[in-house]
Amino acid sequence: MTAVTSPRLLSAEMPSGRTTGWWGMILFVTTEATVFAAMLGSYFYVRFQSGPQWPPPPLEDPKLMKVIIMTAVLLPSSVPVMWAERGIRKGQRWRLRAGLAITLVLGLSFLGLQAWEYSEDLKKHTLTTDAYSSLFYSITTLHGFHVAVGLLMVGWLLAASLRGSFGYRRHERVRLTAIYWHFVDVVWVAIFISLYLSPRL
Amino acid sequence: MSVETEEQARPASRSEAVAALEKDWGERPSLRSWFSTVDHKRIGRRYMVTAGIFFILAGTDAMILRTQLARPNATVLSPEAYDQLFTMHGTAMIFLFSTPMFFGFGNFLVPLMIGARDMAFPRLNAFGYWVFAFAGTVMFSSQLVGRAPDGGWFGYVPLTDTPYSSGINLDVYSLGLLFLGVSTTAGAINFIVTVVKMRAPGMSLNRVPLFVWAIVGTSFMVIFALPALNVANAMLFLDRRFGAHFFDPAHGGNTLLWQHLFWIFGHPDVYIIVMPALGIVSAVLPAFCRRGVVAYPLMVLAIVTISIISFGVWVHHMFATGLPQLSYSFFSAASTLITIPSGIQIFAWLFTMLRGRIVVRTPFLFVVGFIVTFVLGGFTGVMFAITAFDQQVTDSYFVVAHFHYVLFGGAVFPMIAGIYYWLPKFTGKMYAEKLSRWAFWLVFIGFNTTFMPMHVSGLLGMPRRIYTYPGDLGWDLWNLISTIGAYVLAVGLLLVLIGVLQAIRRGRLAPDDPWGGDTLEWATTSPPRPYNFVTVPTVHSVHPMWDERTTAALATDPPLPDHQAMATSELDGREEGAIEMPEASLLPLVSALGILVVVLGLLWGWYWFAGAGALLIFGTVARWMWPPERTPEEAGVAS
Ligand code: HEM
Repeated sequence: MTAVTSPRLLSAEMPSGRTTGWWGMILFVTTEATVFAAMLGSYFYVRFQSGPQWPPPPLEDPKLMKVIIMTAVLLPSSVPVMWAERGIRKGQRWRLRAGLAITLVLGLSFLGLQAWEYSEDLKKHTLTTDAYSSLFYSITTLHGFHVAVGLLMVGWLLAASLRGSFGYRRHERVRLTAIYWHFVDVVWVAIFISLYLSPRL
Repeated sequence: MSVETEEQARPASRSEAVAALEKDWGERPSLRSWFSTVDHKRIGRRYMVTAGIFFILAGTDAMILRTQLARPNATVLSPEAYDQLFTMHGTAMIFLFSTPMFFGFGNFLVPLMIGARDMAFPRLNAFGYWVFAFAGTVMFSSQLVGRAPDGGWFGYVPLTDTPYSSGINLDVYSLGLLFLGVSTTAGAINFIVTVVKMRAPGMSLNRVPLFVWAIVGTSFMVIFALPALNVANAMLFLDRRFGAHFFDPAHGGNTLLWQHLFWIFGHPDVYIIVMPALGIVSAVLPAFCRRGVVAYPLMVLAIVTISIISFGVWVHHMFATGLPQLSYSFFSAASTLITIPSGIQIFAWLFTMLRGRIVVRTPFLFVVGFIVTFVLGGFTGVMFAITAFDQQVTDSYFVVAHFHYVLFGGAVFPMIAGIYYWLPKFTGKMYAEKLSRWAFWLVFIGFNTTFMPMHVSGLLGMPRRIYTYPGDLGWDLWNLISTIGAYVLAVGLLLVLIGVLQAIRRGRLAPDDPWGGDTLEWATTSPPRPYNFVTVPTVHSVHPMWDERTTAALATDPPLPDHQAMATSELDGREEGAIEMPEASLLPLVSALGILVVVLGLLWGWYWFAGAGALLIFGTVARWMWPPERTPEEAGVAS
């Protein structure tokens, strides 16, 4: 580091330690995770209070093919975000832009696949068929909504990065968006296991 | 202060530094600045005033209820109107009054007590206030058009679900509470981050004032408890509006699901309401006992324990529903257990009084009033933890008496103590002692006259939530006494209000530290300037204002310049650097309006309108978060 006149001025540019934004995002994600926990908890509560068959007949176990592809698209999408974040920490803007763009494509494909999945599910049951369906659709839609919000954030970051706001000194928003995106990813794993795998056990 | 700081170029003089701060932080009074301010003190005062108005409205509801119940077979209210009134009374007291009022205290006081210049996220703070104000307005407006929620404050299904409740009433409830939840969550996150990152240097965790601990404990409970309520209300709305079946047993749903979700939130909520009040007690006592609260570490431990155990207690609200016996004994144990940390706090206060030199002023009187009522409420509470007794008195007026002792005794008495105590700081004016003593005695006597007889009528079998009763059951006298008490109580509360208004209009000018208090809010002017402190205080003990090192440092340390606040480390409060604080902005207001549009759109079934609101939110938030343009050097780009 070059000569610096005052420690305060230096730290105004690069506060050491965790930032307020980091803490804010962590707490936000925590309370959001609790929302999903309450939804999934409700799902299992209704399931264990209902008859031996789950999903209740005539519905069958949800098909796995498409959701496995969806999972295979969404989970790896955290990697380019990480790669982008690492890049901008070194001041490599191209990596930030490329990483975000890849994530954007993966996330959009996930939503596309989900729409396709819905279009087939909806032929069999809808939100109003029974409690199982209400839970199924509300949980997956809530998650889809989170993916959409995450994509808006990623797209917005991409736009800002094209304008050139970020570098190795300034990239807090990249870091926070990354946390949110990882969260949306991890929640999907919980949903995949609960809604798609667990009925087969 | 580190050695290097001394090398820093000192401003020519302190008064020049102050003038510069005034320029950086000052807000010229204008309509625009009224809407765009992000100053935690203005926002905190606003929270308190708005919550106070909601208290008056919900209190008026209660007075009408008591008027109807004064005599048997009265016809002041129709059964339908009665349902709406008690539901709005309960819902508003819990959601629109208690917690927002304490968030107002917290907003004003937390940054001052920890020696910070503002909350961590000042704009989010403004946003939270607007959302709260709009949500409350929507909910109370429904009362004007006779469409207020009418399913009780905990809105049990199936009564509140279709087809048993049609009309818009319960949509107001579910959407209104969801709307409000946004504000409460935002506030809680803001409090935690502020306390974690922005304490004055030297304020390690073992030097954080108890009130601040209480606000942090409360905020953590909000983070983990509120989602359950939000999920329940979202499900209720989907059931009612879009024909989902979460709570509909005919289609595989489950009515008890509502009760579980509601009480997972609801029980911690009792502590979410009471905990900040306990914090106020711990803040007020030292000034009037001339010593710190004894056993500080135990007090902190009690706050932390309550925040955790309170989640284990939820099923005790459902002892009458028929869950397996084993789970009863577990939750019965948890209910009893929680009295231990509460007891620790009470004993610590009593010992503080015993070991201190007591100065009797009105805030102190209200603290004593609090201890008396709260202990009585706690006593009847322990009785409920005994399952057999609970089965007997569930849904009777005994319960109504109990929770008013806990909620009014536990929240409103300390709140009034806090209002008198901090009025000099909030407004820069002193209250009149004599009038406030009258207020205390009227409130104390009125309160007990209202709610003590309800224990009796409850044991005599009077159920709660009945709009009237026949005259031959032995309930008449008790109800009449109770109603008379309610009027006395109302006069007492009115005197509190008059006292505050009088102080603001013609009260004596308050000195900076009228009580010789121990925490940092007394280190600055009354009311504080927008930047709170010229010099960021350095803290050496739990009672910084009783510590010469801090007071000396305040006078001699160099001012923190510019529109900046200081960030410190999480645990031991080491200085980490200055952070730039955001300027005033209209964006928080506009995004809150966006949510209002969404809520109204959903309420009235104008979904395009809701969609427009969502776009508005997206647009404003995108602008709000948009990073400033930076040169490659500023941002830092690898060449
Ligand atoms: C201002 C003085 C107050 C009076 C005279 C009063 C009176 C009443 C009465 C008579 C009821 C019973 C209605 C019924 O069951 O038929 C009631 C219910 C209730 N009150 Fe109060 N109250 C007061 C203050 C408060 C405060 C400060 C709180 C909370 C912080 C509160 C919370 C509640 C709740 C939660 C209910 C239950 C509503 C329901 O059954 O859904 N009250 N109140």
